[in-house]
Amino acid sequence: MTRKLAFLLLAAALAAGTSSLLADPLASALRGPTPLNDEGPAPPMTPTRNTAEREPRNYPEQPPVIPHSIDGYQIDINGNKCLSCHARARTAESQAPMVSITHFMDRDGQFLASVSPRRFFCTECHVPQSVSNPPVSNDFVDIDTMLSRAAPGGRR
Amino acid sequence: MSTLDRPPPKVGMIKRAWNFILELWDVLIRPSSVFGLGVLVLGGFVAGVIFWGAFNTALEVTNTEKFCTSCHEMRDNVFAELKSTIHFTNRSGVRASCPDCHVPHNWTDKIARKMQASNEVWGHLFGYIDTREKFVDKRLELALHEWARFKANDSLECRNCHSAESMDITKQSPRASDAHQRFLFTGEKTCIDCHKGIAHRLPDMRGVPGWQ
Repeated sequence: MTRKLAFLLLAAALAAGTSSLLADPLASALRGPTPLNDEGPAPPMTPTRNTAEREPRNYPEQPPVIPHSIDGYQIDINGNKCLSCHARARTAESQAPMVSITHFMDRDGQFLASVSPRRFFCTECHVPQSVSNPPVSNDFVDIDTMLSRAAPGGRR
Repeated sequence: MSTLDRPPPKVGMIKRAWNFILELWDVLIRPSSVFGLGVLVLGGFVAGVIFWGAFNTALEVTNTEKFCTSCHEMRDNVFAELKSTIHFTNRSGVRASCPDCHVPHNWTDKIARKMQASNEVWGHLFGYIDTREKFVDKRLELALHEWARFKANDSLECRNCHSAESMDITKQSPRASDAHQRFLFTGEKTCIDCHKGIAHRLPDMRGVPGWQ
């Protein structure tokens, strides 16, 4: 008897849980008021930042972000549009920054004459930026700010 | 036995044709004794209008995207690629169709291009590029033809819509306005020098100037 009762209680609890889950949307900044089992409308696409002005890196090893639009730039076995400006031989004409010398290195540390195949696909690391308000706030501080604080590793 | 019964002397094909031409010429150079001058002039005029209209209509029909993409070589390769580019969809909805870029708008150039295109009809009939693989293999050669044409006519088909005079560089991104001032306005380069692959995918670009 107790077993049957426990079973019933469990079923009731489950039913209540699911219905409340369906009824109450979880308050989330990212999802908005959309219930969990629904897909909300997609936010509109934001334009690409297209100033062509370099942005600071947040840490020295960060791949620099692309400060311009790269719509329709082909990067595949046939060609690499980025290198039309950023290749060593092209920078005089384009005045674009040259791809880093580290990109000429193969995995054994040997420097090749041009961009190494493993560094050929620019957008694996370098990305354009869109003009939008980040939906999640970020309290990242860079190392310079960190070091200049009175107490090392102090209050974040 | 009269002369009528004698079999006519054997006359060669070329001889007969030549005789016919001579007879026709005789008729053509003599003034008409049946039709009035007005009838002949008016008839000639009407026939001319019909002929020219038909010719022009046929020319225009072969100058549409529908006609171009009626061949699977175009539809499955280059037209499919065009669809993802800004020359097919964009914010203002103005778009370029095949002949806007690939057929000169000027009449004599257009006729010259149309005559060249008869080679492409031949290629279609005999399946020069009837598979994707054949197209990819031939893509560099085809692209080189188009680049050479654009280079030779100073990117005329680009400039039919994009005029350097009407280009407001203050509305362009700093990068674009800088490049256009340095290379386009000075005449140092023409559109195709920098804007290869703007409407279709690129072939193997090794050895093409400005590419790696």
